[in-house]
Amino acid sequence: MTEFTTLGVKDIRDGVASGDFTAREVAESFNAAVADAASLNAFIVTTPDHALAAADATDTARANGETLGKMAGVPIGMKDLFATQGVQTTAASHILEGFTPQYESTVSANLWAAGAGMLGKLNLDQFAMGSSNETSYFGNVSSPWRKEGSNAAMSPGGSSGGSSTAVAARIAPAATGTDTGGSIRQPAAFTGICGIKPTYGRCSRWGVVAFASSLDQAGPMARSVEDCAIMLEAMAGFDPKDATSLNMDVPDWEAALSADLSGKKVGIPREYRMEGTDQAILDSWDQGKAWLKDAGAEIVDISLPHTKYALPAYYIIAPAEASSNLARYDGVRYGLRDLPDGAGLQDMYAETRAAGFGDEVKRRILIGTYVLSAGFYDAYYNQAQKIRTLVSQDFEKAWEQCDVILAPTTPTPSFPLGSLDADPLTMYLNDVFAVPASLAGLPAMSVPATMTTDGLPLGLQLVGKPFDEQGVLNAGLAIQQRAGFAAAPEKWW
Amino acid sequence: MSVDKQTVAKIASLARIKMGDEELERMVPELNNILEWVEQLGEVDTSDVEPMTAVIPNTLRLREDVIDADPLTAGGKREAVLANAPAAEHGFFGVPKVIE
Repeated sequence: MTEFTTLGVKDIRDGVASGDFTAREVAESFNAAVADAASLNAFIVTTPDHALAAADATDTARANGETLGKMAGVPIGMKDLFATQGVQTTAASHILEGFTPQYESTVSANLWAAGAGMLGKLNLDQFAMGSSNETSYFGNVSSPWRKEGSNAAMSPGGSSGGSSTAVAARIAPAATGTDTGGSIRQPAAFTGICGIKPTYGRCSRWGVVAFASSLDQAGPMARSVEDCAIMLEAMAGFDPKDATSLNMDVPDWEAALSADLSGKKVGIPREYRMEGTDQAILDSWDQGKAWLKDAGAEIVDISLPHTKYALPAYYIIAPAEASSNLARYDGVRYGLRDLPDGAGLQDMYAETRAAGFGDEVKRRILIGTYVLSAGFYDAYYNQAQKIRTLVSQDFEKAWEQCDVILAPTTPTPSFPLGSLDADPLTMYLNDVFAVPASLAGLPAMSVPATMTTDGLPLGLQLVGKPFDEQGVLNAGLAIQQRAGFAAAPEKWW
Repeated sequence: MSVDKQTVAKIASLARIKMGDEELERMVPELNNILEWVEQLGEVDTSDVEPMTAVIPNTLRLREDVIDADPLTAGGKREAVLANAPAAEHGFFGVPKVIE
């Protein structure tokens, strides 16, 4: 019997299509694996019936000789930031606990239309604010990985930490993520899986709980570049309900995958060689260059001079947008209401938001409110938006010299849960390599590369030109084929 | 620039988040650390730089000028709109009495 839970998106889709096994068998295996992995805390709610219903629909469609969708028969995890009709959607916050959307997000609807089913709603950092999955109201997510010789629970990264854990632990073949400043790529790197954030506007934001709207992008997380290409095709597409949605056709990324990089130039940004970066990360970066050279690419040194300002600019822009977006949680229309006896409307707002938001969310709302307030707007917010222009121009200049950029995804490997919670700033530095591409709206991907000596995975990041997801995926494929990354966490849960 | 407890209290009030003394005191150094760190943006001469408005060039579209252009977001959805309200009453969102 095939061990279904070791299969990825492509294997499942092709196996179901050719009749090697049924979608129902696959869904049942993953439902059982999910139920058996409660100690990872990857899911906030599980939806085995949704997975089974989608599987049965695929099996029936196949029996009737109908054309099957791109994701037919593949059960996936859904980050609990996507509104799912009739299934609680919380953004891992108390303020949305019990919120049951009356509508389906465009991205999840696209996936169901492509034949995928839902295993459950995945845990995340509260409102996607965090880099370790320690800010969820529903508890930390444990990475399936542990350092050799240690039982300490490790961070799966964040904010898409439930997604990264589920895919790495083989309790889901793939999962949705969202990336505002690295929330797909950093957790993918921490857990030895792939994840791609497409060009801003490729995936509709409609029905995705908003964090920082000018940065938020959805994308797939899976264990191979091919699986990411397939799932991104299913997720992406023009949506008139999102004003920033790109009115462009979705390319056939899977069909055009090619690891032959002859004639391509790969840029190595010198400013990414930063103090405080682990030696293991720098070694893996060098290894990545050698792999891409072997695939036929020419390696060129490039400069992205405003790199060091990207992260502080992000920590003005993202909280500013968040403070505005999160104003909607008022205890009136949905979610939590905290109304002490005799309290008025204003008290109700303040009490509800005090009870409903976690510490990190409050911190960012306060920062955002401050930088947008009268007298400070120019010094902070406007200056940050100007820096954003400069970061974006750095990339535009780089594209005159190269086709794709290779960089580390993170400055360190995963760390034990609880080890970085003393200082919010240290946590923010996790995204130092991820944020510049976010500010510029560029497609960027993390692929697993090497392992540290104590048994933790490391990822490499590829950043591409606007709309060139193909170039990113192809370079990712070239690394994947040469890295031969086959390590999987040993089951302890 | 740095913030003191009084300023944090003012921001918290603008943001409609109730905070006690202890929480305000805890927030002061945390916010100051972050603000001090973002100060470095001031080093960059941006006098000739336009602030970013759209990260990927795009044009705003107009929807068709018809009723219920998108049935999903059009009218006639009162029950769905109120379904998650903490205190829906008589087809409206209920709030505490406001007397000015």
